[in-house]
Amino acid sequence: MTAVSSRRQLNYIAAQAADARVNLEIETEGMTLNIGPQHPATHGTLRIVAKLDGEQVIAADPVMGYMHRGYEKLSEVRTYPQVTTLINRIDWLGSFANEVPFILAAEQLMEVEAPPRSQWIRTVLFEMSRIANIVLFLGDMAVQVGAVTPVFFAFRDREHILNQIEAATGGRFHPNFDRIGGLKDDLPKGWIVETKQVMKKMRSFCNEIEELVMGNEIFQARTRGIGVVPADIGLSYGLSGANIRGSGVDWDVRRDGTTGAGGLVHNELDWRVWTHPDGDSFSRFWVRLQEVRESTRMVDQLLDGLPSGPIMAKVPRIIKVPAGEAYVETENPLGVMGYYVVSKGGLAPFRVKIRSASFNNMSITPWLLTGVYVPDIITILGSLYFILGDIDR
Amino acid sequence: MSTTQVFAELAYWQQTGIRVGAALAAVLLVAGALVYMHLFKAVSFMQSRLGPMEAGPYGSLQLLAEVGKHIQKEDIFPAKADRFVFGAAPFVVLASTFLLVVVVPAGPDAWFIDHHNSDLGIYLGLAVSSVSVLGILMAGWGSSNKYSLLGGLRATGQLIAYELPLILAVVGVVIQAGTMNMADIVYAQANGEIFGLGIVGNPYILTQGVAFIIFLIAMQAELAQAPFDMPVAESELVTGYMTEYSGMRFLLFFIGEFATAGVFAAVASVLFLGGWYIPGIDPGADVMNLLGPLVMLVKIVGLTFLVFWTRFTMPRFREDQLQRLAWKFLIPIALANIVVTGILKVAF
Repeated sequence: MTAVSSRRQLNYIAAQAADARVNLEIETEGMTLNIGPQHPATHGTLRIVAKLDGEQVIAADPVMGYMHRGYEKLSEVRTYPQVTTLINRIDWLGSFANEVPFILAAEQLMEVEAPPRSQWIRTVLFEMSRIANIVLFLGDMAVQVGAVTPVFFAFRDREHILNQIEAATGGRFHPNFDRIGGLKDDLPKGWIVETKQVMKKMRSFCNEIEELVMGNEIFQARTRGIGVVPADIGLSYGLSGANIRGSGVDWDVRRDGTTGAGGLVHNELDWRVWTHPDGDSFSRFWVRLQEVRESTRMVDQLLDGLPSGPIMAKVPRIIKVPAGEAYVETENPLGVMGYYVVSKGGLAPFRVKIRSASFNNMSITPWLLTGVYVPDIITILGSLYFILGDIDR
Repeated sequence: MSTTQVFAELAYWQQTGIRVGAALAAVLLVAGALVYMHLFKAVSFMQSRLGPMEAGPYGSLQLLAEVGKHIQKEDIFPAKADRFVFGAAPFVVLASTFLLVVVVPAGPDAWFIDHHNSDLGIYLGLAVSSVSVLGILMAGWGSSNKYSLLGGLRATGQLIAYELPLILAVVGVVIQAGTMNMADIVYAQANGEIFGLGIVGNPYILTQGVAFIIFLIAMQAELAQAPFDMPVAESELVTGYMTEYSGMRFLLFFIGEFATAGVFAAVASVLFLGGWYIPGIDPGADVMNLLGPLVMLVKIVGLTFLVFWTRFTMPRFREDQLQRLAWKFLIPIALANIVVTGILKVAF
């Protein structure tokens, strides 16, 4: 009798112990997932070291510099006109916009002002490179969320813009067209009419994307409320461009810029800055879509009011920039881009510091990615929209 | 002399040989046709491009070129891979496809398992279709790659979640037909009537429309096609459990993907679209053994077009969102459909 009961007791105790062992929360080590440097979602060679617990991100750390090309240093051994060739390659989707702030800084140092016609054409090309850049984002964001088709439409319609840029400058991707004191050439014959038709096409592309991607319930489910950047956090990380306007901050250097507004004529146009209060991935997408529409309207206005006159100011053949320093920033497709140029009076700049938008936009990722799921890493990175050349330079 | 009699005079091994050949043709030719028509051409036109145009007229031989390329490639095993599991995984996936095609009848006598003497039918089909989960999990685990592992685990969770609505959707059809025999389900649709009208028979898409939609959604998820392609997710997991595969073994996965789409479409067309039946022709007539496979092919192409159309249009759900869709929406609706079907079946 006692033996049976004690065996029962032993069994009971053993069962309890087994239960306890199972019920103990199992300590597991997290997994470290290297997203990149070779990964389709990073548009190049960015690496994100993500520490995962299951599919949840505990910590994410972007590792930059795989594509560092040393443009700041290289600029010091090139003459001012040669530097634009290099800096074309920073944000390679909207190349012309890279040249503008550097040229403006050099003009500021030399105290040269480009004639009005070249200022207006500069602004046209500036806005067109913005369209070329962001159109690709609109298609690419759909790929990040899993829809393959819209990116083909984006490539198809970006072609029209690139054709116009090529017709005006001779270069599809890297125009190298901006000069200190003006532009290399005037616009070719018939360009204005064609460009206006292209702008119409871009507006219809925006409508298409709005229906195909933005109106899609799955797209909204994947982006709304995901990757929320509060305005104060975004500002403290130095976010700019559509990323900060997507958080409801009404700030656009094209309108509010103080340092380098001399070379671009946005303040003579009728346009508005779009903001969205939510701060999530969806709002960043939404703001960019509206900005493409706004840019097409701006180009139309610019082409209507194009002043006549020369396109080059009087500048010496061999450009020597007097000693001094200048910082000029403009609202580039990816955000605020600035050049701090220090001259000691020589043929080449003494020092060039490039403030590129994507570098700062990326810096928020450790804060933003903590706690999200692996699929959301990709949509958040996609919606922050960086270009590797713009991060690493 | 009917086809059945001709076939019965052959020796057993000859019959088996014909069946194996027919199964290979049914899977591989259909898969090839689907790849060419949908992946190469239909999708290309949607994406404002032409697709392959060089190999053969309108690129029709492109698939042969692709197969030739993959066969020539080196059979690479990752250094830390579990070699046996890694190597066997594509075959397991493909085996499930071949086992599933066995239950599909394409004519009164054009079958792989004897529909006159066996009632296995859809029961066997649903059972073997789950085998592919094993293969995918094997691929994810055996690759010793973190992306593959995530993909394999996601696939497993997803396939298990969507197996249920798939089965529950079929139950409605089974209740209405009163049989699990695939051929008898076709006859039941051919001889059925809706409110006394028997002109087109009663393809169950009309009375089991809810089940049909659930079946299509679950099928999309079982095939891991967008919007349910979280396991492969090119833009984040590269290609999930297939990341480490190349050459012939990748080709097997690829064939498996498209062949399974074709076979699931065949099952759906038998269950919901009346199988090989054409209104006006007796489904048991001998001529249907020749016409039947063609009718089935048309229905398969139509259904798979839906699959690939959706795949190349929709963004993808996140893992938790697609689980929510399965457990909170599809399964309750499927259960309600069963209840309603059962009540109506008893009432009429």
